[in-house]
Amino acid sequence: MRPEAYVAHHFPNLQQQEHAARLGMWLFLATELLLFGGLFTVYSVYRFLFPETFVAASGLLDVKLGTLNTVVLITSSLTAALGHHLAQHGRGRAAALALAATLVLALGFLVVKAFEWTHDFHEGLLPGRYYSYRELTTPGAPMFFVVYFLLTGLHGLHVILGMCVLGVLMVLAWRGSYDHGYSTPIELGVMYWHLVDLIWIFLYPLLYLI
Amino acid sequence: MSQSPATTPPAPAEAPGYNPRNYLNAESGVASWLLTRDHKRIGIMYLVLTTVAFALGGFFAMLLRLELLTPGPTVMSAMSYNRMFTLHGVIMIFLFMIPAIPGVFGNFFLPLMIGARDVAFPKLNLLSVYLYLVGAAIALYGMVHGGADTGWTFYTPYSTTTVTKVVPILLGAFVLGFSSIVTGLNFIVTIHTLRAPGVGWMKMPLFVWSIYATSIIQILATPVLGITLLLVAFEHAFGFGVFDPARGGDPILFQHLFWFYSHPAVYIMVLPAMAVISEAIQAAARKNIFGYRAVAFSSLGIAFVGFFTWGHHLFTSGQSTLDAGIFGVLSMFVGIFTAIKVFNWTATLYRGSVKFTTWFAYFCGFLFFLVFGGMTGIALATVALDVHWQDTYFVVAHFHFIMVGSVIMAWLAALHYWWPKMFGRMYSEGWGLVSSVLIILGFNATFIPQFLLGNYGMPRRYYSYPERFWPLNVASTAGASLLAFGFLIILVYLLVSLKHGRVAGPNPWGSRGYEWMTLSPPPPENFLEQPTYPRPPHDYSDLGAAEVTHAT
Repeated sequence: MRPEAYVAHHFPNLQQQEHAARLGMWLFLATELLLFGGLFTVYSVYRFLFPETFVAASGLLDVKLGTLNTVVLITSSLTAALGHHLAQHGRGRAAALALAATLVLALGFLVVKAFEWTHDFHEGLLPGRYYSYRELTTPGAPMFFVVYFLLTGLHGLHVILGMCVLGVLMVLAWRGSYDHGYSTPIELGVMYWHLVDLIWIFLYPLLYLI
Repeated sequence: MSQSPATTPPAPAEAPGYNPRNYLNAESGVASWLLTRDHKRIGIMYLVLTTVAFALGGFFAMLLRLELLTPGPTVMSAMSYNRMFTLHGVIMIFLFMIPAIPGVFGNFFLPLMIGARDVAFPKLNLLSVYLYLVGAAIALYGMVHGGADTGWTFYTPYSTTTVTKVVPILLGAFVLGFSSIVTGLNFIVTIHTLRAPGVGWMKMPLFVWSIYATSIIQILATPVLGITLLLVAFEHAFGFGVFDPARGGDPILFQHLFWFYSHPAVYIMVLPAMAVISEAIQAAARKNIFGYRAVAFSSLGIAFVGFFTWGHHLFTSGQSTLDAGIFGVLSMFVGIFTAIKVFNWTATLYRGSVKFTTWFAYFCGFLFFLVFGGMTGIALATVALDVHWQDTYFVVAHFHFIMVGSVIMAWLAALHYWWPKMFGRMYSEGWGLVSSVLIILGFNATFIPQFLLGNYGMPRRYYSYPERFWPLNVASTAGASLLAFGFLIILVYLLVSLKHGRVAGPNPWGSRGYEWMTLSPPPPENFLEQPTYPRPPHDYSDLGAAEVTHAT
């Protein structure tokens, strides 16, 4: 299909439609930031109330796995950006492969995260009233894990959603929808993926490196 | 109503009185409505849904007033009373006031006003209707099975420990929040990208400016409510302890997070009301607005300052005196921006040529409730006074005046002003004026006694009260009955007018708002041919010149 065929009936031309789609995505990303903003506020308040306990509780997390995941996710952003670049130049199949690499890395991220969580469960580092770890019993410790599980859980949910989006785009790209220079859907999906990455870049130091 | 040719704005020369092929009858069948992407049909769907929600919320309000008719138990138990005021609040706020004006009139008229064929994302627009339905269904399920008794504010720690079912209502409100976000996002993108050639930013109708400001609040504040409600739901279900002092949590943190959304949410309700009034006042006075830029930018000012006032809900919650003082002053800034609008509206009326229609009556009601509700708001923002009024009926009366009063007045003004455009037929002006009198007087009779009750110290959300408060409570209930009666009359004559109303023609009011340049009811594609925009909206200047000659 030629790019002009994608223009919806209520837009005068493709440029304007793409502009609208991009603007809409940016606004959506702003809402996502504010969604996480609530949890970041909770984090700040309780870290202010229990500074030492937060440091001690953070020490119970596995920094190596956290670092590994950071590298994995940033690399996945790179492959996603490559996918967009390739689609812009009409190389749909190559773009699909780049997106596939992104999905593999994202899956790797989730697997590592699952190992971490399982380990935390066994240690009794559960949130709130389920907390049963005996060596750190100061009042703020369960609160750290509430924040930890909520933030990583919500982020994990976004990773899964992003994977669904990129998965659909990958199939479409493989089938040749983006072979002709029209790549806005991929651009938007990749923007979303960068946001997921960006949020992790904040979560990693806030949770692992204090 | 006959219009001289000079007063009628440019309309298609062969304009039929009733457009035979319009958005209502161009397609037929249930599926054509349920799967429509036409912003006008989506507006009509919102009209039906929000009206049902309003009737339901009003029904609960009447039950509450009935219960408060006597000092002791009257018709229900204390527990039912608590559930009832929660339902009343949740329905009226999340299902009526937040979506009402943007959902109905924003959807219907915003694209018409900027000369667009549709909103930027029609599918998302339809999605917002379904999110509204799903959210409403989940919340209603929660209300029928258990029914929360926390009040619509869901304050912790009560909301996390109550035996009633709060989780479904919280999730319902969460989903409704997304409906609101989608609508706001759609409007912002539409305004940025779909203005017709000739409609520059400084030529946008003021309705559009105000809806733009509303949308900014919707997309920036609502996600915070979403995460807050989820936290409460988790807390209630799993006992995480985020807001539980026994586990090191801070219940006041909930209040901060909650009001960070819910205070700006007040402007999500009031800004669209101001949007309607800015349009109606120009058509009523047959003058263009006094101080276009001031009115336009004061909407953005309210949206901006609205984000920094949430602390005025926490004056008695253990906030520091300095914080309370700062939040008090910031809250008063809202009064300044609102006053800018009020003075500009009244200045627009000066030497205008007003025809006293039903919607003009509602403009008068709006101005009254906005000014007096707003003045009591300034009083409440004064920290020392608020300590005495906190959680009394004075607060209840205040927010019913400013928030409910102005929204209902504007909603009714919009409904009457745009009814001929939406359905191509006229309502009965006589019955319209009668019911507007009933509603405006009824509203005063309901809430002025509540101001007095609060001043005498009657706390809100109490099931029973001492006998000395009896007469004023009876007065309030009587006023509420008057109000309900007024709404019933409106419902009847509007429904009758759909079939039997006089055919309106494209522009029965002689308005020069851009949305009147199409046929009534509008065709599915909005305009048969793309209109041109040589003049600003509501430019009655040639008319004004003619009138001055007449006067001298």
